[in-house]
Amino acid sequence: MTIRVAMTVNGTEYARDVEPRLLLIHFIRDELGLTGSHWGCDTSNCGSCVVWLDAKPVKSCTLLAAMADGHAVRTVEGLEQDGRLDPVQQGFVECHGLQCGFCTPGMMMTARWLLDRNPDPDEAEIREAISGQICRCTGYENIVRSIRWAAGHPAEHPA
Amino acid sequence: MTGAGGFGRMRRKEDQRFIRGQGCYIDDVQLPGMLYGAVLRSPYPHARILGIDTLAAEAHPRVRAVITGASLHERNLAWMPTLSGDRQAVLATDKVRFQGQEVAFVVAEDRYSARDALELIDVEYEPLPAVVDARRALDPGAPVIRDDLPGRVGNHIFDWEAGDAGRTEEVFRDAEVTITQDMLYPRVHPAPLETCGAVADFDQVSGKLTLWETTQAPHAHRTLYAMVTGLPEHKIRVISPDIGGGFGNKVPIYPGYVCAIVGSIITGQPVKWTEDRSENLMSTCFARDFHMRGELAAGRDGRIRAVRVTVLADHGAFNGTAQPSKFPAGFFGVFTGSYDLEAAHCRVTGVYTNKAPGGVAYSCSFRVTEAVYLIERLVDLLAYELDMDPAELRMRNLLRPEQFPYTCQTGWTYDSGDYPRTLRLALDLAGYESLREEQEAERANGHLMGIGVSFFTEAVGAGPRQHMDILGLGMADGVELRIHPTGTAVLRISVQTQGQGHETTFAQIVAEELGLSPDDVEVVHGDTDQTPFGLGTYGSRSTPVSGAATAIVARKVRERARIVAAAMLEVDAADLEWEPGRWFVRGDPDQGRTIAEIALAAHSDLELPEGVEGHLDAACVYNPPNLTYPCGAYVCVADVDPGTGKVSVRRFIAVDDCGVRINPMIVEGQVHGGLADGIGMALMEVIAFDPDGNCLGGSFMDYLLPTSLECPAWELGETVTPSPHHPIGAKGVGESATVGSPPAVVNAVIDALRPYGVRHADMPLTPAQVWRAIQGRPLRTDLAIG
Repeated sequence: MTIRVAMTVNGTEYARDVEPRLLLIHFIRDELGLTGSHWGCDTSNCGSCVVWLDAKPVKSCTLLAAMADGHAVRTVEGLEQDGRLDPVQQGFVECHGLQCGFCTPGMMMTARWLLDRNPDPDEAEIREAISGQICRCTGYENIVRSIRWAAGHPAEHPA
Repeated sequence: MTGAGGFGRMRRKEDQRFIRGQGCYIDDVQLPGMLYGAVLRSPYPHARILGIDTLAAEAHPRVRAVITGASLHERNLAWMPTLSGDRQAVLATDKVRFQGQEVAFVVAEDRYSARDALELIDVEYEPLPAVVDARRALDPGAPVIRDDLPGRVGNHIFDWEAGDAGRTEEVFRDAEVTITQDMLYPRVHPAPLETCGAVADFDQVSGKLTLWETTQAPHAHRTLYAMVTGLPEHKIRVISPDIGGGFGNKVPIYPGYVCAIVGSIITGQPVKWTEDRSENLMSTCFARDFHMRGELAAGRDGRIRAVRVTVLADHGAFNGTAQPSKFPAGFFGVFTGSYDLEAAHCRVTGVYTNKAPGGVAYSCSFRVTEAVYLIERLVDLLAYELDMDPAELRMRNLLRPEQFPYTCQTGWTYDSGDYPRTLRLALDLAGYESLREEQEAERANGHLMGIGVSFFTEAVGAGPRQHMDILGLGMADGVELRIHPTGTAVLRISVQTQGQGHETTFAQIVAEELGLSPDDVEVVHGDTDQTPFGLGTYGSRSTPVSGAATAIVARKVRERARIVAAAMLEVDAADLEWEPGRWFVRGDPDQGRTIAEIALAAHSDLELPEGVEGHLDAACVYNPPNLTYPCGAYVCVADVDPGTGKVSVRRFIAVDDCGVRINPMIVEGQVHGGLADGIGMALMEVIAFDPDGNCLGGSFMDYLLPTSLECPAWELGETVTPSPHHPIGAKGVGESATVGSPPAVVNAVIDALRPYGVRHADMPLTPAQVWRAIQGRPLRTDLAIG
């Protein structure tokens, strides 16, 4: 049995016939081929799978694709716009905010969400915002610095 | 930060794909016609298999193959060698020996169907008594786990000794002070965010197997697959794509990889297998599980004289530890630490238990982690006993700079270091003396504030191949450097990044040696068809071994360029001098040729001296003369809530000496990550078991990893003592902080609990464990509360 699922991902309309139980992360990765979002734990603990659902970060390993039907999804592939990197992306490069890169897409999606609501977060606010996501490489310090860098370079963010 | 030049801070080249979501990890590999595999695992820690019924699974409309131990047995693949020369079941035939062991493999058209079909397999088990406590493994009458091994009667694997037992006993006999402490370094797991997986693609026409897999050692894996499967080695191509963290977890060969290969051979189509998080935590390479009794002999003046230790090492159901074959306890022999001792002795006994195999992983530098923890806890216990300041006690006993190279009592020759300066810098950065004053005031107010110090000596860069091999493969690594006619370069390396930034640092080494821009050096890795043989990345060996190889191959290219430049300039090569990027005539600097000009000429019709081939390309294999010995001094400041036992790390100061730093930004990033590991291991992480052998750490709900809230803003410092035997003076650093930080955190917590008279409590120092320690009843952390 399949069901029809339609959603907007990074501004593009997609519709697929899928198993009702298909997870959103597998829909994004396997059906759409957008492999920038990762799967890491199954239990909503690691946050490698964080994407936006209607402009809010969600853990896409714990949502069914069907639950995103009719909604707008944004993934790491949608951060760069018109060939310009989001300041969050640039910040991660400037401040060595990534090593293996596996948690990075989810971290950046949360960071963009935070900065859209709080353009000048302090360290504690950044640590709180990313506390539902795990990084095994950086010890978080440079992720915090990367997001601070992005906060300090808002002009480069396309409106 | 600059984008050109050799050593120094430089943005990472690999970041551009990762920040765009364009990395290619194992589960990102998609091939036409690809099928999906899933592993059925044992629910029992120890049971006899009476029968496996796969008919219903085979009847599933989307299932293409079901593989069991019996079907692997027909191909002589039911067992495979481990990295320690034991054997491990690929799929169980006779018994299951740990919870989560591989029993059957389903290949289906999609990943959900493969999982569904696992539910249709009916396995009949006869449960057997399990051994989950290593201290009971050698009891008379303990269940024998490895009855598959001919002639084996118990669960004993090996005994290993180092040092001089007699001399050590003499020192202990006349020592003024002796300390004894039992301590457990509990079983933990590297838990990289990306779990393990593989995509196998066997071409039935050419007979060639292409295997994408999560491996830190692609060449060693290729050789082992040739030995295991009988496929000729030149018909096996192992590709290690982007790796989402390794930390030692991706060194071994796992049954799932072999099953994916067999699945592809049987079905004629590519087969992908990726494990889930529980599979990763319950069945793949764990770390530690060392039960240690440490003893220390000293004078009343605080002079440390000797150390003695006995260890019971829990290796799980198969002896699958990954370390050089002559070192069954890894490099634990450096438990003498950073101090000048009169004598030392250790004895390690390895045993089988009904727990997952593995044992040397999680950035441990082949068990230097356990060694450093042992000695640094003992030193703090001595300070407690003598009522001395632990920093002062260490300063009094540290090796002095003039003692290097220093051969310790167990025979390891430390290459270089300035230990007192390193410790002093850490204490200064911490403001140690005023922290002690603050602590006194806090204690007077009833607050539990602790200050923990650790000093570590690491032993990394395995290794000299006359002493160090894995399954007979010497631990030397090859490298190839090609210079294109227009002067850009391709470097091919055998080591495998899992986030360490090899594409940047190795380009920087070539750039430094040849005066190129790092942007003009492409680094190729992770593909056995495209890179020279070598043993891969673990034990902080990439820079000590392949980094050295890279510097040497670049110097070979430079010497070839000299000959070509001499021909171009029609002078004697001996009359040329080098400056970065250019050979010129001594005394006439205007007469010179750049590397790019020389490279073009080397490919042209230029007449070269007799015996000199064209081109500038070179290759080399580097066999390190010794390990490198980085060191560091760490200070942790922690606060403990006496009501709940909750520990908060307020500050962490880390001074590392890893010799010359190629890219300080990357070095600091590696230190940051290791410090977070230390907080995790000291305070949160443990793979515990209940008395029935059920694994209690099978998800991130139970196996707790540090988040941004548990980690403070790290405060780093550095000293630089170049390695005298490494061509660029560098030492490994990838694991330094993981090795050095756990004792600093534990020492801080125990220091905080001093008002309660607590001398020791085992990791992880969870709120429950701290609270129980305050009550004078510390927990056994590796077993469920009875």
